[in-house]
Amino acid sequence: MALDIGGKTIATDEEGYLENLNDWTPEVATAMALAEETPVALNDEHWEIINFLREYYEEYQIAPAVRVLTKAVGKRLGADKGNSKYLYSLFPYGPGKQACKYAGLPKPTGCV
Amino acid sequence: MAKKFLYLNRKAPYGSVYALESLEVVLIAAAFEQEVSLAFLDDGVYQIAKGQNPKAIGMKNFSPTYNALGDYGITKMYVERESLAERGLTEDDLMPIVYEDEDDDYAEKPSVQVVSRMEMAQIMAEQDVTFSF
Repeated sequence: MALDIGGKTIATDEEGYLENLNDWTPEVATAMALAEETPVALNDEHWEIINFLREYYEEYQIAPAVRVLTKAVGKRLGADKGNSKYLYSLFPYGPGKQACKYAGLPKPTGCV
Repeated sequence: MAKKFLYLNRKAPYGSVYALESLEVVLIAAAFEQEVSLAFLDDGVYQIAKGQNPKAIGMKNFSPTYNALGDYGITKMYVERESLAERGLTEDDLMPIVYEDEDDDYAEKPSVQVVSRMEMAQIMAEQDVTFSF
C-alpha cells in the first residue's frame, strides 16, 4: 500500500502503518485519516493525542500499549481525557492502533 | 491469577537480537497484567548501561525503552553485583530507571536493585515462570 502526498509516494504496510518512520509529516496523518473507509477530518483533539504519541515515541522509542497510553494521557492532559471513552470517541478503531498509525509510529507491541 | 514471570537477560544489547527480543516479550507479558520482573546478569548488565550509542553499527538505541517499563507496571529490575564487578562496572554506570508508585502519591522510586549472586538465585527460585534470553 502507499499514500500519495502532493505527488510524493509514501510506502505503508498492509495495515497502513508507515514503512519508514522518517516519512512522517502532519500531511501524512491527515491523508491517512482521510483514507479510512469512513474518512476522518482530524481536529485539535486528535492532534493533541497524535502529538503526545510522537513525544512519547521520541522519549521511549516504543508505541505504548493502549492501557499505558490511557494512563499517560491522563497524567499529562487530565483525567477527562485519560479514559477509554474519550480516546475511543476520537479513535474508534482503537486509540492504540489508529492514533499510533496517524502519528507515524509502529504498531504497538502486543497489539494483535 | 497473575503469575510471577522473570526474564533473565544475559547477553550484550547489540551483538545479537536477544536483548531486543526479550524486551518485546516483556512488553507483551506486561500487557497481560502478569507480575513481571527482569534480571540482568553476565553481559546482560550492558543492556541498561548509561550512554548507549549504537549509531555507528546501524542499530537503533532501544535503551530508552527500559525507562517506559514502569508505566507497564514493571518495577523490579535486578542486577547481579558480581556481573557488574567482573566487568569493572558499578551501579553508577547504569541508567537511573525509576517507576512511579501509585500507592505512594506517585513518588518516583528506583526500579534497579543490585543484588548478590546468592540473592539472585533466591529470586529465581521464587518465580512461577523464568525465561532466559
